[in-house]
Amino acid sequence: MTTHTSRVVGSLLAIVALAACSRPSQAPGRSPQSVATVPGAPPSFRLVAGVAGAEWRMPAGDYGNLRYSTLDAIKTTNVMNLRAITTFSTGIPHGHEGQPLVFGNTMYVVTPFPNNLIAVDLTKPGGSVKWIYEPHPDSRAVGIACCDVVNRGASYADGKIVYSLLDATVVAVDAETGKEAWRTRVGDINKGETFTAAPIVVKDHVIVGNSGAELGVRGYVACLDVHTGKELWRAFNTGPDSDVKIGPGFKAFYAKDRGKDLGVTSWPAEQWKLGGSTVWGWISYDPETNLFFYGTGNPGVWNPDLRPGDNKWSSTIFARDADTGEARWAWQATAHDSWDYDEIMENILVDMEYGGRPRKLLVHPGRTGFVYVLDRETGELLSAETYQPTNWATRYDLTSGKALEDPAKQTHFGTVTQGICPSSTGAKDVIPSAFSPRTGLLYIPAHNTCMDYEGIEANYIAGTPYLGADVKMYPGPGGYQGELVAWDVAHNRKAWGVKEEKFPLYSGVLATAGDVVFYGTMDGWFKAADARTGAELWKFHVASGIVANPITYLGPDGKQYVAVYSGIGGWMGAVAFPDVSADDPYAGLGVVGAMKDIKKYTAPGSTVYVFGL
Amino acid sequence: MSSVCRTVGLAAAVVVAVGGVTAGSEAPTYKAALRVCADPNNLPFSNMRGDGFENRIASLLARDLGRPLAYFWLPQRRGFIRNSLNAGRCDVVIGVPAGYELLQTTRSYYRSSYAFVSRRDRHLRVDSFDAPALRSLRIGIQISGDDYNNPPAAQALAVRHLNDNVRGFLVYGDYSKPDPQRDIVDAVADGRVDVAVVWGPLAGYYARRQTTPMEVRPIVTMADGPAAFAFDIAMGVRRGDGALQAALDRVIAQHGDDLRRILRSYGVPLQ
Repeated sequence: MTTHTSRVVGSLLAIVALAACSRPSQAPGRSPQSVATVPGAPPSFRLVAGVAGAEWRMPAGDYGNLRYSTLDAIKTTNVMNLRAITTFSTGIPHGHEGQPLVFGNTMYVVTPFPNNLIAVDLTKPGGSVKWIYEPHPDSRAVGIACCDVVNRGASYADGKIVYSLLDATVVAVDAETGKEAWRTRVGDINKGETFTAAPIVVKDHVIVGNSGAELGVRGYVACLDVHTGKELWRAFNTGPDSDVKIGPGFKAFYAKDRGKDLGVTSWPAEQWKLGGSTVWGWISYDPETNLFFYGTGNPGVWNPDLRPGDNKWSSTIFARDADTGEARWAWQATAHDSWDYDEIMENILVDMEYGGRPRKLLVHPGRTGFVYVLDRETGELLSAETYQPTNWATRYDLTSGKALEDPAKQTHFGTVTQGICPSSTGAKDVIPSAFSPRTGLLYIPAHNTCMDYEGIEANYIAGTPYLGADVKMYPGPGGYQGELVAWDVAHNRKAWGVKEEKFPLYSGVLATAGDVVFYGTMDGWFKAADARTGAELWKFHVASGIVANPITYLGPDGKQYVAVYSGIGGWMGAVAFPDVSADDPYAGLGVVGAMKDIKKYTAPGSTVYVFGL
Repeated sequence: MSSVCRTVGLAAAVVVAVGGVTAGSEAPTYKAALRVCADPNNLPFSNMRGDGFENRIASLLARDLGRPLAYFWLPQRRGFIRNSLNAGRCDVVIGVPAGYELLQTTRSYYRSSYAFVSRRDRHLRVDSFDAPALRSLRIGIQISGDDYNNPPAAQALAVRHLNDNVRGFLVYGDYSKPDPQRDIVDAVADGRVDVAVVWGPLAGYYARRQTTPMEVRPIVTMADGPAAFAFDIAMGVRRGDGALQAALDRVIAQHGDDLRRILRSYGVPLQ
């Protein structure tokens, strides 16, 4: 590990413009938002946890994963005056997923592998670097990570910045000095595990999940002591109840999710040991019930014919106790997945009027094309309606909690299945939505891609270079590829959508009290839209496509800023890299079919943009 | 998840020249190195110490072509060809399926097949997925995870409803060990499984390294629908690199016996 305190990295930083920042007295509103109600929201709406305000301390800005900020200086009437204040390079031209943190007067940026942590002094102009922490993760991790070498961000807690390294290690770095506080190897890259997800910190607990299902990894969430890094417990997503932490306190709402050791018995003998179901997405937390929520990835092995059964607990939403990890409930969204529909997407926690009475909701826009609304206290499925063209299932039966699947759209070896919607990349992927209490709308960055599955290439030769994939993706009905969908949660329906024709929408969304939503496109436009109508209010073209999540914060000068990474990459975006062939429709596990024009519009980048008025 | 994308970094890779310009009193004639793309830890194929049969074959090629030998090391995972050969960091991959579409292949220099591996003292004599004995046996197979593809045995067993008999072993094995893919054959020897379905070169090599006598029987089951169990293996060069392909084809034609001798010395079952 190397820490450069107060290192000057002039060559790394390009100053485009600078704000005249005089050191202010502590600006008003710089303490975390803690009120339960939101100005402008319906009186029945209650925040589950404080949302982001002056600072952005955790991946989604808040435990409820709203990605909503109370800042309102930038609003629908002035956002058209937004301009780039500062840009600087992270120096790593790979996919920049995730988002920076802002704590105090410092911005913290985690780069893609080698996962450097850059602390930027916001009191000085031009993105002045305070220090760079270089963890030097094991470079062998690069060879096994599936989808570019991305990182999805950090959390601030206990005076430390906590985040995952690609080599399945978690580090905590002193937020002031940049010195490593602890470093814990949680997973084993020799067995194919990598870490790309952002941890969250609940009280003294760092909660983090693993990635690497494509190599047969068994998924889990692990809990580390935020003070020491010591692992306190680990809850697996496959295997016997004792491993899954299913005990007397577990009460699944549906009969299909009840029974002893389903993580074993819903698989052929011992196949749960290689059962995938990893946790590479987002984790949310409800302080009132002390439960945390996350979704699991799809099951391994890839070939569904080899694993008859429901394959629990793949593609499942879990509620667990944040102190002990014990499961409170689980609901499997798709049993026996044969499409690669992970359900690692964000779970947005809101308390609001729903179906005529106040409910504690968990809203999960699924990879499957359905928005799932659950009662987060019980795991009951209250609604499942589609938000993009979807045909693998016609609907969900709310009394059994099961999807009514179309057998003709299931995949089998040796069978060509055409026109499955959505494709394996889903109607959305890991890139997160935002929810505004003021509008009641969930803003979903959606894809419209379908696929032909041709299971005819199961002829991998062990020890020999990998043979081509057999999935071909292409734009779905209507021909557009991406859409910002505004979903009316209370009424289970789409309110409006903004079509992004060229590419799937692969940027996170930020919603603000100024009734503006921010998002980016893979061809490099950063946009502001009216949160009520979707009308485009402002856009700016950045250096490289956006696959990251915008944040907002108050600068030391008391002014509101919006920040986002520009750096194409990730699963779909990696097609923009010069060494990925756009001629092969099966490359990138089929995503080239949907992305073949990307090179015309963007190229790799590594820039942090800060915008202000 | 998925996973599909590909890794782009190359931090794991280094080019190491192991040959070099011939020493001597005469002024050396500089020839560009033959740069081989190889996995640093993939016995019996290759490793950084030069212990694998592909290392031996690479040396033979370099010697015959009169060129120094250099390696570009990268684990053979998804993206291997893209990040090594097709990124211009090396020029030849010693073992690829003939006709592999990501590159241009030479003539095939050997053909092998997946094989059933068992302890000789069990007298199982299984050589087909239709052998009745399989129904009561624990069958080890090499599988990948959620990677959109698998070795062919996975499907052959699934269509015969033998899922409950299957025990999976990761196709990449434990990369922290000097012989990552050995465990599936060890498992047969120590009784964790009764029989295993293993790609011939791995089966033959690791069967010889057991203290218990082992039996390696190539699969005689005909292709199951589109699944194949036997493959022609060739060398691979970049598309358009006809000069190197022609040179390698010539070496393969002239040194067929030498190549087969190397393969047999590693226990590779040849067809």
